[in-house]
Amino acid sequence: MATSETIFREYRPSDAERSDRSAGDRLRHRQKVRESIRENIADIIAEESIIGKDKDRVIKVPLRGIKEYRFVYGDNSGGAAQGDGDSRPGQVVGKTGKDGPGKGDDMAGDRPGVDYYETDVTLEELIEIMFEDLELPNLERRALREIQSDYSTKRKGYRHVGIRVRLDKRRTAKQRVMRMLARDRRVNGNGAGDGVLAQPDEPRAEDEAPGLSALHPGVEVGLRKRRFPFHQDDLRYKHIEVDTREESNAAVICIMDTSGSMDTMKKYLARSFFFLLYQFISTRYRNVEIVFIAHHTEASEVTEEEFFHKGESGGTFISSGYVKALEIIHERYHPSLWNVYAFHCSDGDNFDSDNPTALKAGEELAEICNLFGYGEIKPLGSRYYESSMLNVFRRIQAPNFHTVLIERKEDIWPSFKAFLAKDRIKE
Amino acid sequence: MSDLSLETSSKVSAYDLEDLIEWDRRIREKVDEFGLDCFPQEFEICDHNQMLGYMAYSGMPSHYPHWSYGKAFEKLKTLYDHGVTGIPYEMVINSSPAIAYLMRDNTLLLQILTIAHVYGHNDFNKNNFTFKSTRAELTVETFKAHALRIRRYVEDPSIGMEKVERVLDAAHALQFQCRRNLAIRKLSREEQIDRAVENAQPRSDPFQKIHARQERVEPDLRKVPTEPDEDVLLFIRDHNPYLADWEKDLLTIVDEEAKFFIAMIETKIMNEGWATYWHKKILEALGLGQGLHLEFLVRHNQVARPIPGQLNPYHLGLKIWEDVYRRWSEPTAEEIKRDGAPTKPAREKLFEIREVERDVSFLRRYLTEDLLREMDIFQYEARGEDYVVSKVADDEGWREVKEALVKNVGTNSIPVIKVEDADFGQNRTLYLKHYHDGRDLHLEYAEKTIAYLQRLWAREVVIETSLEGKKSLLCCNDRGFSVRALK
Repeated sequence: MATSETIFREYRPSDAERSDRSAGDRLRHRQKVRESIRENIADIIAEESIIGKDKDRVIKVPLRGIKEYRFVYGDNSGGAAQGDGDSRPGQVVGKTGKDGPGKGDDMAGDRPGVDYYETDVTLEELIEIMFEDLELPNLERRALREIQSDYSTKRKGYRHVGIRVRLDKRRTAKQRVMRMLARDRRVNGNGAGDGVLAQPDEPRAEDEAPGLSALHPGVEVGLRKRRFPFHQDDLRYKHIEVDTREESNAAVICIMDTSGSMDTMKKYLARSFFFLLYQFISTRYRNVEIVFIAHHTEASEVTEEEFFHKGESGGTFISSGYVKALEIIHERYHPSLWNVYAFHCSDGDNFDSDNPTALKAGEELAEICNLFGYGEIKPLGSRYYESSMLNVFRRIQAPNFHTVLIERKEDIWPSFKAFLAKDRIKE
Repeated sequence: MSDLSLETSSKVSAYDLEDLIEWDRRIREKVDEFGLDCFPQEFEICDHNQMLGYMAYSGMPSHYPHWSYGKAFEKLKTLYDHGVTGIPYEMVINSSPAIAYLMRDNTLLLQILTIAHVYGHNDFNKNNFTFKSTRAELTVETFKAHALRIRRYVEDPSIGMEKVERVLDAAHALQFQCRRNLAIRKLSREEQIDRAVENAQPRSDPFQKIHARQERVEPDLRKVPTEPDEDVLLFIRDHNPYLADWEKDLLTIVDEEAKFFIAMIETKIMNEGWATYWHKKILEALGLGQGLHLEFLVRHNQVARPIPGQLNPYHLGLKIWEDVYRRWSEPTAEEIKRDGAPTKPAREKLFEIREVERDVSFLRRYLTEDLLREMDIFQYEARGEDYVVSKVADDEGWREVKEALVKNVGTNSIPVIKVEDADFGQNRTLYLKHYHDGRDLHLEYAEKTIAYLQRLWAREVVIETSLEGKKSLLCCNDRGFSVRALK
């Protein structure tokens, strides 16, 4: 081995900066994490009580798609390890389900458990992922547009002036090269011949920093000849344009049944639904009006706080909620100017005599709203002895009226998506 | 590839490349003096980010892209950033010339120790028989070619990332279901048939008159495979007619990489022990100054210390090598009585062992009862929620402890699963058998992995195994996964 020299390759910071070769694979990995979260959103919403939680709260999300599986031995496999000098039979050295005793030995890297399968996301991130492909359906152009639905920046062209961070180094360097070639041609006057490689015969005084040779006696004359600094004119900056998209006015009306028949479970389901709706609107649209209406036998407009946290009791006149909604719409959100969305959650246990009125009000609402959604909350089991409005509302023929049945926590997300999925419009 | 990991040191280096080259020259003098036989060596100085990158890609300067390496990188980085694990001081690739990475932030002593350590690995990789099947001079080019081919498939508009990933995900899951001892030649189908026919011939029996005539069993020559096949990926490649050429190529690539790493998995303890043994010898012979020598003692002990509750391959390997050297140079009277007098010089014995053994045989033959006891190695098993020490290295238990140790060394920690029949029930069902050795398969993992098998085979796949003592069949077909009890 002594025959051949050992080679040492020195560290070069420029290499280190360029050699981030795992970037592509990391990106793909993160995409997969995101996908995995999206697939599990229904479960996450069912398991986590996210209502009214702080947006920075961290939620543990199981990651299914990205665990790397192999054939491995299970828990009954045991093994061998080194003790601290006086191991005795019967001594406990670790927990099953982890990596064997200690932290997992180097040799058996194929044990289950070494793979992480959970990730932490904040509620905000989660909501963002959730609502990625949902939209307020049938949003129409109305007079007086004022909602900014989208605010994005776009690269557009290049400028001679700009701020430092937007300096386009590549283009700047190109400009300098172009200027240099142009100058060479001018100086040598040898036009199209071998102009590209030609060097000026005489070092030009203006290219030389005075006293350079005194400072760096080692610098060769040839190097000085070639010195050609950047000029202000070479600088190129990327230009960024702000792009806002405006959409029509929209108002969302949330109507919730708060009567006595709405027990804790039902209220929880209804509120979860509205919470998602509220989050969705406030993340995706900058300027949508939201109205909260709570009703039992009478309806009243309430604040967000009251809507999500206050309990009431009493009988149920569904019509009261609808009438209140109609009232508000006529007063404030005239359908010719506004896109109106109304959502109602109730257990459908309406007072029988109120049904015809409710039906009529419902029809009227469906007529003036872009979308009117009715979610009936019927936790499993309660369905058989309580009356249901689903049968009554079947008579509403309007295409923009939709009903869903929410029986358990897992149904919230699918029903929410059913109301708002983008492609539903095309159906 | 192997690594030497300890906690990080953030000391700013007070030496330059010239110093390293000078120390390298002195180390190589010792290397030659001790008779180590190395490939040419190349060192590359890198920073911690680059090192993490090399680790994620098993040290390869070029490697094909797959999200799992991004995941590995993120994980390493998280662990490193939170100070859970240190970063290795070096990394050696089994190639010719051998490439090793040195961390630029390390102290001079660490670099010296690392360089010496690297020559140990280099010698081992060049001479040990398990590495003979990997062609070191082609390593870097092979990995480069793999990367190039896979990138081309990804960029091909008719294939694309998603499809490539689908195959790679599945292939990675089955990567190490391959032959473990590559020094044993795999017979071709014709040779296997010849062997089956030969085995079916009646044995010549000198006592025919008193023995009952042996039944002649016709070998089933139409069965595929003739003998159970351990190379699962290659078998699927050769026997699933619906695979496209690029899919076959992906399976080949993944299998080739697995075979490259098998050699390292199979010799982890020996290899690390060998490198540690020689860096110790070399540094002791270098005549370090007092300061350097003290740091050497500290660092060496960090690397080669026993870690209770685990097995440190550096420690275990070093112990055995030192013990072999002692037993062949100055055996005790008792040992001479038991094993006979040494037949060859101790150093010659060491070099012989590094050439012809792998971890399993190394431990079987050279890990003595005394050493087991000295190191307090125990066997543990699961009892309810806990892992409990079941046997310690005393007079009655040491054999079992040793057996448990061997069972978890190298590829022994990967279940042996072989393809038995490619056309089970005349249905093109793939029938595999898990060779049960007392350890059950992890069922959740088996369920997911068998789904990958089915993805590649594109028909039903069944695995015969044993679960809690009962013979069972794990099935995976279009309807999903099921476990059936076998009679």
